[in-house]
Amino acid sequence: MIGEAFLSVSSIFQKRSRHEVMYQLYITGIKSLGVITVVALFTGMILALQTGLELRRFGQEVNIGTAVTVVMLREMGPFMTGLIIAASVGSAIAAQMGTMTVSEEIAALEVMSINPVRFLVMPRLIALMVMMPILTVYTNILGALGGAIVGSTQLGVAFTAYFDNATLYATNKDLYVGLCKAVLFGVIITTVACHQGFSAKQGAVGVGQATRKTVIISFLTILTVGYMVTRLFYQ
Amino acid sequence: MIRFEHVKKRLGNRVVLDDVSFEIQKNETFVIVGSSGAGKSVSLRHMIRLLTPDEGRVWIGDDVVSEATGKDLEKIRSRFGVLFQSAALLQWLSVADNVGLPLQEKARMTRAAIHTKVEETLKMVNLEEAHDKLPANISGGMQKRVGLARAIIMEPEIILYDEPTSGLDPVTSRTIDQLIDRLRRGLGVTSVVVTHDLHSALAIGTRIAMLHRGRMIEVSSPSEFIRSKHKEVQNFLASQYITKDGEWEVEKGESKVWRSKV
Repeated sequence: MIGEAFLSVSSIFQKRSRHEVMYQLYITGIKSLGVITVVALFTGMILALQTGLELRRFGQEVNIGTAVTVVMLREMGPFMTGLIIAASVGSAIAAQMGTMTVSEEIAALEVMSINPVRFLVMPRLIALMVMMPILTVYTNILGALGGAIVGSTQLGVAFTAYFDNATLYATNKDLYVGLCKAVLFGVIITTVACHQGFSAKQGAVGVGQATRKTVIISFLTILTVGYMVTRLFYQ
Repeated sequence: MIRFEHVKKRLGNRVVLDDVSFEIQKNETFVIVGSSGAGKSVSLRHMIRLLTPDEGRVWIGDDVVSEATGKDLEKIRSRFGVLFQSAALLQWLSVADNVGLPLQEKARMTRAAIHTKVEETLKMVNLEEAHDKLPANISGGMQKRVGLARAIIMEPEIILYDEPTSGLDPVTSRTIDQLIDRLRRGLGVTSVVVTHDLHSALAIGTRIAMLHRGRMIEVSSPSEFIRSKHKEVQNFLASQYITKDGEWEVEKGESKVWRSKV
């Protein structure tokens, strides 16, 4: 299915497909900003507080900038973004595809010789592959900012010291590997959601099951793939 | 035009179609009736290869649709228009966009030409006023007519109707029946209608077939159908107050019985 979706990417130049991709970008990106802002900010704040309190015992609390930024770039940024998008956008995709399947809309498309993968999966795949890295960067920035706020208000680490320390040890590789994970997570979420949706049976019950399975399978796959990518690049 | 050759289909443990054979001629309205679960919709789905038979073949003209794939299948399907039971409209598209979707996706036409064609087709089904509405904001009967407009916009040779009048009030049902009949006479299309509404079947069908537990037990003209000696056909007719004298009882009350000719 995903191979077919990639093969039909060229249809993005058609006006209808372009419009659908833009709409999906809006749904995935703009509509998710609120929850991502809150989660990212608090993730950074929790990371800073936990590591800062331990580092303070050794008089090294100034290093929380590095700890928070590196962890956000490498792991927590793409991971948290992936989980949020899987739970919000992935489940919505599964529910929509599932409803379309049980109400014969997918069959209607097939009979009209309109490829459902090109018509429905491709725009969502493009949207998630584009938006996931952008949202991950946003999560990273807000996570680092959250850490800086906690550092400055509770650990006595000045903003400038925090960010100097953060930029000193974080590398481009950390950023690129994190973004690579984000793109992969986008592919995973779309694949799982569309597959579960297209496989839905037995009316509303089937749609509910497809949605639940999408969230569970996406979470587990994101965790596993996240670990494998980390191992590939850092061992 | 459409030929079933000893088609067998099993869904799970249940035999849904059991050695079903029949042939549908060009420009006829072939109605398949039967109670729920008899295999009516499954038969329809075999014609467009949404299902494939476990045994037997389904022919559309000179092509075996049950074995077609890729471009061949696309070519066969392009001969069909389908009105699904639920109308199967895309909920985020307006009525006009739903109707124009096959043209936008498959035909090489300008926007203006598509717009004109959509207007003409909506006019055929008396839905000009619903042009910009979303499917959720129109009635079930109107949704069926939008589905019908979408089915005919590519000017197909064959139109399949899956329970076109189910869930509709009698007046709207008769409107849909008239539309089906008008399309056959006006456009010369071959129609296959799946329904359990015998009044509708008798009104529009040139031949009526009855499926019972996956077997085709009767294929005949409407006048022969109501005189069928087959017990299951008689039971089915009786269940809808249709007598073999060619009369049907509209309502059976304690004090009066209204009758009218078919």
